[in-house]
Amino acid sequence: MNQLALGAALPEIVLVAGASVLLLAATFGFSARLLHYSAIGVLVLCAAVVWTLFPGHVVSAYNGMLSVGPLAGMLSMAVLLACAGSLAYSADYLADRGMLCGEYHALALLSAAGMLLLVSAGHLITLYMGLEVMSLALYAMIAMRRDDTSAIEAAMKYFVLGALASGLILYGLSLVYGASGSLHIAQIAARIADAGPERRAVLAVGVVFVVAGAAFKLGAAPFHMWLPDVYHGAPTAVTLFIASAPKIAALALALRLLAETLAPLSAVWTEMLVIVSVASLAVGNITAIAQTNLKRMLAYSAISHTGFVLIGVIAGTREGYAGAVFYMFAYVLMTVGGFGMVALLARAGAEFDRLEDLRGLAKRNGLAAMLLFVLMLSMAGIPPMVGFYAKFAVLSAAVAAGWTWLAVTAVLFSVVGAFYYLRVVKLMFFDEPDAGAAQRVTLKIPAAALASANGALLLILGVAPGALMNACLEAVGASL
Amino acid sequence: MPLIVLNCLITLLAVASGWESVTRRVPQYMAAFLFMCGFVNGVFAAGDAILFYVFWEATLIPLFLVIGVWGGERRIYAAVKFFLYTLFGSLLMLVAFLYLASRAGSFAFAAMREMAVPMSAQTLVFFAFFAAFAVKVPMVPVHTWLPDAHVEAPTGGSIMLAAVMLKLGAYGFLRLSLPIVPDASREYAWIIVALSLLAIVYIGLVSLAQLDMKKLIAYSSVAHMGFVTLGVFVFDALGLTGAIVQMISHGFVSGAMFFCVGVLYDRMHTRKIDDYGGVASVMPTFAAFMILFAMANAGLPGTSGFVGEFMVILAALHTRVWWGVLAASALVTGAAYTLWMCKRVLFGEASGSAVRALKDVNMREAAILTAFASAVLLLGLWPWPLTEVMQATVDGLLEQALRSKL
Repeated sequence: MNQLALGAALPEIVLVAGASVLLLAATFGFSARLLHYSAIGVLVLCAAVVWTLFPGHVVSAYNGMLSVGPLAGMLSMAVLLACAGSLAYSADYLADRGMLCGEYHALALLSAAGMLLLVSAGHLITLYMGLEVMSLALYAMIAMRRDDTSAIEAAMKYFVLGALASGLILYGLSLVYGASGSLHIAQIAARIADAGPERRAVLAVGVVFVVAGAAFKLGAAPFHMWLPDVYHGAPTAVTLFIASAPKIAALALALRLLAETLAPLSAVWTEMLVIVSVASLAVGNITAIAQTNLKRMLAYSAISHTGFVLIGVIAGTREGYAGAVFYMFAYVLMTVGGFGMVALLARAGAEFDRLEDLRGLAKRNGLAAMLLFVLMLSMAGIPPMVGFYAKFAVLSAAVAAGWTWLAVTAVLFSVVGAFYYLRVVKLMFFDEPDAGAAQRVTLKIPAAALASANGALLLILGVAPGALMNACLEAVGASL
Repeated sequence: MPLIVLNCLITLLAVASGWESVTRRVPQYMAAFLFMCGFVNGVFAAGDAILFYVFWEATLIPLFLVIGVWGGERRIYAAVKFFLYTLFGSLLMLVAFLYLASRAGSFAFAAMREMAVPMSAQTLVFFAFFAAFAVKVPMVPVHTWLPDAHVEAPTGGSIMLAAVMLKLGAYGFLRLSLPIVPDASREYAWIIVALSLLAIVYIGLVSLAQLDMKKLIAYSSVAHMGFVTLGVFVFDALGLTGAIVQMISHGFVSGAMFFCVGVLYDRMHTRKIDDYGGVASVMPTFAAFMILFAMANAGLPGTSGFVGEFMVILAALHTRVWWGVLAASALVTGAAYTLWMCKRVLFGEASGSAVRALKDVNMREAAILTAFASAVLLLGLWPWPLTEVMQATVDGLLEQALRSKL
């Protein structure tokens, strides 16, 4: 019993220990690169720990505070690998801007620990704690460059709105506690299943607040206003970090709270999520067309992808949740690639985030253009990339569950969305590069190798998604 | 399936047509054509909805790149329009597939064909399929992407687009609409027939007014594909056979015509009819071939264009007399616009020093022209092998189209 309890929290322990060691090492003057690679090493080590240790069925530990199982294991591994990938892309970018220090990596590891706590939570307080640890570390990472006003602005915006959203979630959870009498996730669903009308009313109000807070954290419309500004203002390496792993954690939050805790009230939150999903698809796709900044465009496209993920949650079946999880994994892979390319192509003193900077990229650097090409098509949902299969999985679950009109709506907005992805392809391949501006764009070998592996993974998973999809289905089946 | 053979032959000829005119990024150009050939083969061979859809969408990518990178002046507009238009229809088809698969429990076409579908669902699925295939074929009124795409694409791209891509839509009607939703197909056949006749008559007249050679041939492609869809939706064995023959024949004929225009464009760098005149006096071999293909386009007996059109007109006459009469009017308008274009371009006095300096076709171009011509003549004089191969398919399709699946 004692052994299992330690094992259940071992990933978080490893991460916090790693963060502490990094902080110490930073004060002792170890080289920043070494700290960088150590941080990535700790994350990968933690992923290995999760892989070997997490059981094949749901086990609760620490008196029900943690609840680890296949789904928690999968999501934890995804979070850790996404964090590792984000850090791997950012080394040169951070070094050029004086951000490559032990504190940055320690914050990254602590944020990852918070995400893991959130994903494995079995108790509402643990969930909230994980959420806060993750978010606070992220705010600090964004604001790390003290003299960059847009970064400070982005951090303030994220902090204030994020605190508001956390408050909404907390209030909603308190109402749920009031109606159910327990804070343990496993027990709440049973206790509210036979609720009378007064308790149901209280629960409904609680659900509204929880959905609002969760939608904020996911970046879904109409709670999306912070996303473009934060993604644009933050330094690209940090944008890369906050666009990838925390989204998985936010999905885990939504699944834990809505699909597990509030399962008996699914009729209530499904209706709300339908509105949120359609709004996200609409706002994300339509507003992205008007953007001239690549980071903002990717931010709005992130909102539209969130809309798609929520369709999987709305379907409410095993295939639906598994589709949502698979979509989130595919989305994170694409986002890490997308923002990663923006970070890799930036230079000291010059960002690469305007759409104009992409003009004629195919002539300037063939590999970068090819990778962005694969990424854009994958995001648009064109086969044979993984983005298509992800959309397919979500839509097929929705249609099978009876939500055909929602699938048609999603598909129509996809066509709208295809336009701005094609615009990137057009700028890269069909336009001539601006004379005089940064002509040759070079990618260092390790960076090129990393980005190529990312692109290859997109293609491989697109052609052979079966293994990952089956893993998602089994994990969801065992846990939800 | 003969369509796969058509695809492979046309790809070969399309690649050969770009041998000298494509000078930038040649490896990528060739790679794009190979991808296209593979993906189109995949569509024709797919027996499963997911594979069908994956290959269907995947064909868009190389063609988008070919138009956008190696195309003419308004290539970006044309490429994006082409992509988004066809994507819109295809995504609706995807939802239809998802719905059918959720009911049938499997994505295989065989399962979808056997399964009973209520009429309300059949209607929605039929119109979803219609959206996808009508844009691809293309049918009026969603044909507007085709003239732009054809005009702006490089010669090889135009050949592939006309000869192969358009057949994807007609193939979809045959393989999917008829067997899977036969009741809705019969119920709403009048819409397809009306749009086909509209394409044949109206687009024939539109072609008459064109000043750009490629645009003229593009519009004539729309009119010929009108014959194909008409043949499919009269639910007659002769009509179906005629539609498939017309598909193959149109592949060769329009491919050949675009190649001819490409030959002229490589030399003069203009597609306007007014810039030419009296080409036959300086390029007699070329003129001979071009007249042959023009005759095939117009539907002269002895060329492949006649076989398909004749069968479809007969089938249309059997169903309703005035359908056949309207379809037959295509023979007149087809001859009108094609021969008028040939007259203005080929015959008369050589119209300027540029035209007088034109060299006749070289070995490579002659070989390609001969290949096209032999296909056209072979199919026109001896269509028996093709119709024989297709007999079983046609009978099976007709039987599936005439049963009720309610």
